Amino acid sequence: MASIGKIARRTFLVGTAAIAGGVVFGVYKLNQDPPNPLKPGEGEWPLNAFVVITTDGVTVICPKSEFGQGVHSTWAALVAEELDVDWQQIRVVHSPAALAYYNAGLFGMALPGLDYRRGPVAEGIAAFMGKAAKLLDLDVTGGSSSIRDGYTRLRIAGATARETLKLALSRETGTPVSQMTTEGGHVVLGDGTRVSYATIAPLAADVDPPRVGLRDPSTWRYLGRDMPRLDMVAKVTGTAEFGIDVRLEGMKYATVHMSPRRGKMVGFDKSKAQSMPGVERIIDLGDGFAVVASNTWLAFKAAEAVEPEWGPAPYPADTASLWAKVAEGFDAEPHVVARDEGNADRTQDGTEVIAEYRAPYLAHTTMEPMNATALFKDGKLTVWAGVQTMAITRDNCAAALGIAAEDVTVIVPFLGGGFGRRATPDYVVQAARIAKEMAGTPIKLTWTREEDVARDHFRPAAMARMRGVVRDGKAVLYDAHVASASITLDAMEASGGGAPMKDKELVGGMHDQPYAIPNFRVAAYRTFTGVPTASWRSVGASYGGFFFDTFIDEMAHAAGADPLAFRLDLIRPEHEPSAKLLETVAEMSGWGSALPQGTAQGVAFTYSFGTPVAQVIQVSQRGSGIGIDKVWIACDPGVALDPRNIEAQMFGGCLYGLSAAVMGEITFADGRAEQSNFWDYDALRMHNAPAFEVRILQNAIGLSGVGEPGTPPAAPALGNALFALTGTRARELPLIKTFDLIL
Amino acid sequence: MAKQITVNGQSYFIDLPDDVPLLWVLRDEVGLTGTKFGCGVAACGSCTVHIGGMAVRSCQVALADVSGPVTTIEGLGAPDTLSTLQAVWAELQVAQCGYCQSGQIMQAAELLALNATPSDADIDDAMQGNLCRCGTYPRIRAAIHEAARRMGEGV
Ligand code: FES
Ligand code: FES
Repeated sequence: MASIGKIARRTFLVGTAAIAGGVVFGVYKLNQDPPNPLKPGEGEWPLNAFVVITTDGVTVICPKSEFGQGVHSTWAALVAEELDVDWQQIRVVHSPAALAYYNAGLFGMALPGLDYRRGPVAEGIAAFMGKAAKLLDLDVTGGSSSIRDGYTRLRIAGATARETLKLALSRETGTPVSQMTTEGGHVVLGDGTRVSYATIAPLAADVDPPRVGLRDPSTWRYLGRDMPRLDMVAKVTGTAEFGIDVRLEGMKYATVHMSPRRGKMVGFDKSKAQSMPGVERIIDLGDGFAVVASNTWLAFKAAEAVEPEWGPAPYPADTASLWAKVAEGFDAEPHVVARDEGNADRTQDGTEVIAEYRAPYLAHTTMEPMNATALFKDGKLTVWAGVQTMAITRDNCAAALGIAAEDVTVIVPFLGGGFGRRATPDYVVQAARIAKEMAGTPIKLTWTREEDVARDHFRPAAMARMRGVVRDGKAVLYDAHVASASITLDAMEASGGGAPMKDKELVGGMHDQPYAIPNFRVAAYRTFTGVPTASWRSVGASYGGFFFDTFIDEMAHAAGADPLAFRLDLIRPEHEPSAKLLETVAEMSGWGSALPQGTAQGVAFTYSFGTPVAQVIQVSQRGSGIGIDKVWIACDPGVALDPRNIEAQMFGGCLYGLSAAVMGEITFADGRAEQSNFWDYDALRMHNAPAFEVRILQNAIGLSGVGEPGTPPAAPALGNALFALTGTRARELPLIKTFDLIL
Repeated sequence: MAKQITVNGQSYFIDLPDDVPLLWVLRDEVGLTGTKFGCGVAACGSCTVHIGGMAVRSCQVALADVSGPVTTIEGLGAPDTLSTLQAVWAELQVAQCGYCQSGQIMQAAELLALNATPSDADIDDAMQGNLCRCGTYPRIRAAIHEAARRMGEGV
């Protein structure tokens, strides 16, 4: 974990000095392009870090992990739009770990103040801040940041490549660049002669890339359209290579059992397992063991036959004591008051509303269990693994093996889901350690689903204490206090890096909501339970969206107002694009019109990761229980680069949130998670998933991501609908504890 | 003492203990990785293949019990020879991460073989054993209806 420590210390500098004008890093260093890390093979000509011309087309280099969000295809469309290549000519490959692939989008979001209020002027500051990510070598795929990161950079890469090719041809033929056009992977001369990019590319190596402008969006041919995803055919034929599918000559298959209490392994008896079929090695890993065999299943079976003795958990051993520990968070001063407008302490006339909410620990359960393939040979390590960050993976593996980062190569195949889980590369480090024990032999480590649940890094449990006052149908006070773990700071401190920052993500989905409430406070309290946690699709907003919006709904009812109109009134003065979304879902869902007996609707709204999303959910009482009939979603990412893909992210994000809202909960007993597989940690399925209708508006300023913002409003919209149906207000998730929902 | 099985029309001799599930025979031995491991306990459907035309969870079928020819996703259609079902699946952009999709498609293929015009309720019944953590259900449903329409028209 060395690298996170380093990041922590550097982050301090970014927070204090870089934004003030590059004092620490120097503007020059920030603006300087990192070296092109691509090493071309035969018939390949890299024009920059993102564009490689090949004999049969163009290869676009994408540093973003593809886990279903379609980033590889949108990344390609950004390049193609400027480079003038046909869609069939494009191939996308995942980049190596290299400085050139820093994520500027992620950093641009970590600015002080309220995101939705930031105007176009501040966009420049965000871009400048983003460049600091380069110095930190941050390459995370997460935070709905990929397209923010690539939107300008990739079009420039495409345009620069195009003009470089023209210059090279001009130098060769004497034809002025002004008499050239480009089309379908060719430069076209005035007389109609077509010269393919592959013909020109070998001549372009020493051409100085020119400065170029970008095309006007009104001329776009790929962007703004539904593009056929480039990975789709592979994914319907079983030919897409996920991490778990990597196969190497002479490979052995491994699995691990690590302490389900996240402590030490006191001892283990491997005598029975050692003689089981196919078993080659059983390795003591300190806090668990690995079995290496000739087949994954034989490794699974042998691992079950090992008898380990697990040490105690470094955290309270059961759910009740964990909740007590979370509540203790409120005893200290707030970690940060993320919003404080008006005076939340002054007594207000009106009707007071008070409520306490809880959201449980959650597992990610990506469809593809954690796995990694590793080969340690001649002191160098190569790993093939679905990860959300190459740099941290590389550094953690290097540290664990005591080798230099340069001696680690990380190759990223497709990911069978990420949801934040694959930003913690513990499973890759395990594979690396096993590979070192088996030097020269490639090993593939596959976790069982049981290991995947037991050893997840969970969405932290969170608790909210809310107080509000309504007067004359309006909110006059909103005072929110939230206690939860800080995922980022916990990780930094665990690595010994210190954590000299405040983490507003603790109140994600709460402080940054565009509501005009005269007395408005959102305070965050840090909890220290010791349970390993991680980002979970939409991070803080995954619980914050539920707390914030459910309480708005409670206030609307206390005010005797229509819940949608109540929100609209408060949002309109703060953020017009968000107000439009509420009007849109109202129209789509027929909000307010008479519904059949036993049917009800609920609305919710969350602004997260720069994208406001409104959802209306309709539920109905059926013979077998309460069913979720339909969800109407309206979102505004500013610019919709691929509408059909955005639609998929919206309903997919909503379903991920709904699964957790209905039934998701990790509980603890004896220091272990009590759930283990899909039979006791399930999700919505075909028969109980709702129908969807999605509308995408483009009124918001700038451009924002869509992978996460569909998740936060799902839980409150469902809870609010259930309140409308039954008159019962659930202040605790999952909702199955309160309602007879169809499972 | 190797056991002979037929996968996608090809014969294989497998030298593994009798109780190794077909899933791990296919993935680690035969080298067909299109069939996925998701849970190992019949709770997710990622590992669905056909044996003698019937959809089964390959994580639950021991090597010794493989009683007929096996068809995996690779046998349903390759990138340049897509089956109608796969073509519709790609056209409607059903897949997100794609990990569950082999199982979804194999399950849907059985459904359409047994029921040429499935209703929404039929789809609910047939598909509820197949989990998708990305939440592609709305498009899976649409793709099954569309494939049924095209197959009915003999397209
Ligand atoms: S792996 Fe067989 S059903 Fe999940
Ligand atoms: S497409 Fe990702 S699990 Fe189904």
